[in-house]
Amino acid sequence: MTTHVFKPDMPPPGNRIGIVAWARANLFSSWLNTLLTLFAFYLIWLIVPPLLSWTIFDANWVGSTQADCTKEGACWVFIQQRFGQFMYGYYPTGLRWRVDLTVWLAVVGAAPLFISRFKHKAIWGLGFLVVYPILAFTLLHGGYWGLTNVATSQWGGLMLTLVIATVGIAGALPLGILLALGRRSDMPAIRVVCVTFIEFWRGVPLITVLFMSSVMLPLFLPEGMNFDKLLRALIGVILFQSAYVAEVVRGGLQAIPKGQYEAAAAMGLGYWRSMGLVILPQALKLVIPGIVNTFIALFKDTSLVIIIGLFDLLNSVKQAAADPKWLGMATEGYVFAALVFWIFCFGMSRYSMHLEHKLDTGHKR
Amino acid sequence: MQIKVGAPKPRFSLGDPRVRAWLFQLITVALVVFMGWYLFNNTQTNLQHRGITSGFDFLERSAGFGIAQHLIDYTESDSYARVFLIGLLNTLLVSVIGIVLATVLGFIIGVARLSSNWMISKLATVYVEIFRNIPPLLQILFWYFAVFLTMPGPRNSHNFADTFYMSSRGLNMPAAVGTEAFWPFVGSVVLALVAVVLMVRRANKRFEETGVPFHKFWVGLALMLVIPGLSIVLFGTPVHWEMPELKGFNFVGGWVLIPELLALTIALTVYTAAFIAEIVRSGIKSVSHGQTEAARSLGLRPGPTLRKVIIPQALRVIIPPLTSQYLNLVKNSSLAAGIGYPEMVSLFAGTVLNQTGQAIEVIAITMSVYLAISISISLLMNWYNTRIALIER
Repeated sequence: MTTHVFKPDMPPPGNRIGIVAWARANLFSSWLNTLLTLFAFYLIWLIVPPLLSWTIFDANWVGSTQADCTKEGACWVFIQQRFGQFMYGYYPTGLRWRVDLTVWLAVVGAAPLFISRFKHKAIWGLGFLVVYPILAFTLLHGGYWGLTNVATSQWGGLMLTLVIATVGIAGALPLGILLALGRRSDMPAIRVVCVTFIEFWRGVPLITVLFMSSVMLPLFLPEGMNFDKLLRALIGVILFQSAYVAEVVRGGLQAIPKGQYEAAAAMGLGYWRSMGLVILPQALKLVIPGIVNTFIALFKDTSLVIIIGLFDLLNSVKQAAADPKWLGMATEGYVFAALVFWIFCFGMSRYSMHLEHKLDTGHKR
Repeated sequence: MQIKVGAPKPRFSLGDPRVRAWLFQLITVALVVFMGWYLFNNTQTNLQHRGITSGFDFLERSAGFGIAQHLIDYTESDSYARVFLIGLLNTLLVSVIGIVLATVLGFIIGVARLSSNWMISKLATVYVEIFRNIPPLLQILFWYFAVFLTMPGPRNSHNFADTFYMSSRGLNMPAAVGTEAFWPFVGSVVLALVAVVLMVRRANKRFEETGVPFHKFWVGLALMLVIPGLSIVLFGTPVHWEMPELKGFNFVGGWVLIPELLALTIALTVYTAAFIAEIVRSGIKSVSHGQTEAARSLGLRPGPTLRKVIIPQALRVIIPPLTSQYLNLVKNSSLAAGIGYPEMVSLFAGTVLNQTGQAIEVIAITMSVYLAISISISLLMNWYNTRIALIER
């Protein structure tokens, strides 16, 4: 009796594995695909080498005036020289540590909220939300505890962009949640008021809102009462943004199954407690990615304050590029501003995707 | 033993939800009315103290300033009402051009992202991730200040085949001037369109009755070519081209697209296309592969599968967010205020407001225009949604 011995498996044919096979499947699977691949390579060849030589290889990195920019490429000296203005605007140079400290406090204060093993998130978060704004305002604005007063007209640069965006979203969130609840209310008068409010702000561009808050707000208020420019812009931004937040939150409220509402009522919970303890915690969890997305939109929209003459990052760049000492630096300035905005927005959109993935726990089958 | 059935006799108490609901609503309405009255009252006193007369009389007054681009005739002595009309037309011009271009570019990039070709799909992804994360205003300023204003002057302009000239003053191109054959040509195009519609109706009816298909596309194309072609043969060419010529320091004749318009359209197109691409991609992906397989198993060939099964279902997902992107583009066209392109906001809420000081009236008019546009688009959208909504069991 003979036993059959299997021969060892043959390796797959060479053209089925490795980089060649991959390229065949993904780049050259048909004549049309080959054409497209060649077109793509042509595009890259057209764009990337000039871009690299302008931004890196032929760029000017050291110096202190425009005269030092002798090479063909970008003049990054301009950005280096004006970096302080782009970050802090006209905030007095000696006091800029206060802005830095505010940012560091935010990072240190918010960090535990992102650590999943940290146990007392709710208490810490609530405390942070109460204490931090007071600290931040005192540090940035001054006027108390021996800190010199820095008027908001001196605020500017990336710092102002961040202030408008964070205050805007922090103010818009509670207002937006109330509006969303009002829109889903059974009481017709409240529903009508909320729907009108939301649809009005969503129907007009932010620019007209800013125009309105800078020209019309002073007319609306009793005589002698005067707001500073930044506060007026902030009010406009908060009202505008709350309408968008309201629509996002409404989406979350609608996604909660009716059984949850009924269960809460069956437990004998009243309206506010059933909303606060049962519905909103679930609904808000669902819409966190949506809220991050509205925040990204708001962050991009802060650049519009240029129209009413506030010196945010974009306006600082625009001003610096108009400086006769640095003529022709518009491209470098805008590329730098675009890079800063891009890093923030792209980072946040990635974070929102990550959250969506992480929070995707229930309700879906 | 007796059991009481039914609700107890209603009594007025704060514990009754219905009573509380009424109370809440009364308070809300009272608050809103009070706020309105308070603001109105303040405004009245403020206006009186500043000596501003309210009202829309200012619209009749002569404007007295020049405008860089106007689609209808305008002189400096024309009224503010005409300035408003010019601003509105310029807003609509940018919006329409932007919507058309962004849709085309967005669909191309959205389909490219789904391509099986690795390079193409990665390039499309890079495009989307770069351009949707940069503020539109920044993109507009970039195109305007860093690209178009740094172009050479008219004398050294980039010359494309002696017909198009690109300079810091904008893009000069030949203008189409209508000849006497223009109106007959327009008439023939209308005639051809009517003929095509009638042909398609008859063909569809015959197809439903007998099942015999008809070459609608080719016959339609032939109609569209032959009827206007006949008009050209009979009446001559409908337009002649007026070439731009360099005289002195600038171009004379032809049409010119001012750099503000170019910067605004390019930036809005590039920005909005990134969002449209994402909408198109998710729309196409939302149609499950089973639909394709089902269509194929019914014997439909790939062409009809795409046209009759995939695209209608994808459009149902694509169109609602697409309209909201169109609305965003219209609203973003107001960013022209940053570079001074004469549209609604920069012309009317900017220049006219500064000259007349009629802040409330001007802002109210501007806002109502945008509100009117967005409300009409969302009404259209609701109508469309109810029309195409799936009728479920």
